[in-house]
Amino acid sequence: MTPLLQVRNVSKRYGSRIGCAEVSFDLYPGEVMGIVGESGSGKSTLLNCLAGKLTPDGGQVVFDTRMDGPVDTLTMSEPQRRMLGRTDWAFVHQHARDGLRMGVSAGGNIGERLMAVGERHYGRIRGQATDWLDRVEIDQARIDDRPEAFSGGMQQRLQIARNLVTGPRLAFMDEPTGGLDVSVQARLLDLLRGLVREMGLSALIVTHDLAVVRLLADRLMVMKDGRVVEAGLTDQVLDDPQHAYTQLLVSSVLQA
Amino acid sequence: MNAYNFAYLDEQTKRMIRRAILKGLAVPGYQVPFASREMPMPYGWGTGGVQVSAAILTPEDRFKVIDQGADDTTNAVSIRKFFERTAGVAVTERTIEASVIQTRHRIPETPLREDQILVYQVPIPEPLRFLEPRETETRKMHSLQEYGLMHVKLYEDISRHGAIATSYAYPVKVAGRYVMDPSPIPKFDNPKLESDAIQLFGAGREQRIYAVPPHTRVVSLDFEDHPFDPTKADHSCDLCGADDSYLDEVIMDDAGGRMFVCSDADYCRDRREAGQSGAKAGALS
Repeated sequence: MTPLLQVRNVSKRYGSRIGCAEVSFDLYPGEVMGIVGESGSGKSTLLNCLAGKLTPDGGQVVFDTRMDGPVDTLTMSEPQRRMLGRTDWAFVHQHARDGLRMGVSAGGNIGERLMAVGERHYGRIRGQATDWLDRVEIDQARIDDRPEAFSGGMQQRLQIARNLVTGPRLAFMDEPTGGLDVSVQARLLDLLRGLVREMGLSALIVTHDLAVVRLLADRLMVMKDGRVVEAGLTDQVLDDPQHAYTQLLVSSVLQA
Repeated sequence: MNAYNFAYLDEQTKRMIRRAILKGLAVPGYQVPFASREMPMPYGWGTGGVQVSAAILTPEDRFKVIDQGADDTTNAVSIRKFFERTAGVAVTERTIEASVIQTRHRIPETPLREDQILVYQVPIPEPLRFLEPRETETRKMHSLQEYGLMHVKLYEDISRHGAIATSYAYPVKVAGRYVMDPSPIPKFDNPKLESDAIQLFGAGREQRIYAVPPHTRVVSLDFEDHPFDPTKADHSCDLCGADDSYLDEVIMDDAGGRMFVCSDADYCRDRREAGQSGAKAGALS
């Protein structure tokens, strides 16, 4: 099977500081990969490099496109990359405000990607928006409300709906549950797990919350100081950590 | 009169503006940056249109200025006087006699000819401005033809009002490429953007010039199930009886009396001189 995403030696420096260094991994279709590490370990830098929001200093990010097979996204033209960004890729920000248009209704937020890829039928856009609100468990009656009027958890679910409406194959998620209280987190994780399974979506999830990866991720990468210090199956890494830093990380979690 | 160069601006400035105009005509709908000059009138009074007119006027031209369709409003009178004094060109109030027409908020009802130029005053040239505040991003969206956001605005209109409620400055796509703000003309005028005349757009404060060459395809954006509809007041002109022109509603008294009259004053006068009359033709005499 061809990996959906092949990452080879991706590095990013901020002047003399290291953002992330020589990261390589493969992500297969339907697989969910967690990236954990403390603040400043380069998780978000890595994610932004892979999603085309930052330009890495070196390396390859090969994505298996629908049309042309595996293509290095770093050397493809900007229009192509931006096209991928609104069709086959999804990007879920930690803060829903960064990923939503706060001045536009929920329906408009979900419809934006559809209109960006050429949908010009109001009724169909409306239908899809209603359908997606339902799938992320937001009351359909709120389709014309602005996200400003939504709670934090609803905003986050709306952001997910807005991203998944074009049926992407790869989702980048940056701390999707950050800043939400635990019961809302649990509901969101449940939703995400369902959507990932149902749509056969591959995902890269950056988080510092080990419970999130335990629940969602098939595989895990542990980062420290911009480098991957340990990688493997989630249960394996969490239950039998080999690297000193991973051991520290796992032992830092309070056992409820 | 001798204290000024012909049409106020110096020749170097006019050359610079003409280069921007030619580039605009070569790339229909593209906003060409230009070094806008201070003009002896405030921003918002048509400094962009005035600079474009100054750059294209020749001594043989006959100049007409309209503001909301009328020749006798403050803005129109002062700009017409400005060019009478600084360029000494002939002026007219008749659309068919004019070779250069500067306009604010309207396109004349009388179809324009190939030997005429229509100059628009534009307040905000960027159609995506209120959707995307970053200029760097709107430029990128234009260059990559990412115009989905424009439809998000129309979607919001329909979801809130049941129909596309944008009634002026209605976005258009020019020659199948650039999305353009046609300046705040009523959407009733949008079909007239496909014209035999050259159309030039000048935004002084925003320092942009763009153009629609003659016989260029100009499509108003819409949805398949909510097609573009160039609406006007459902009435005919009370003075000349025209039912095909854009109308102004005029309040006559404080008892609910009102009348509808053509916004294009020259069109209305022409019709009345030709013997047409409307329901309240005697009211203003």
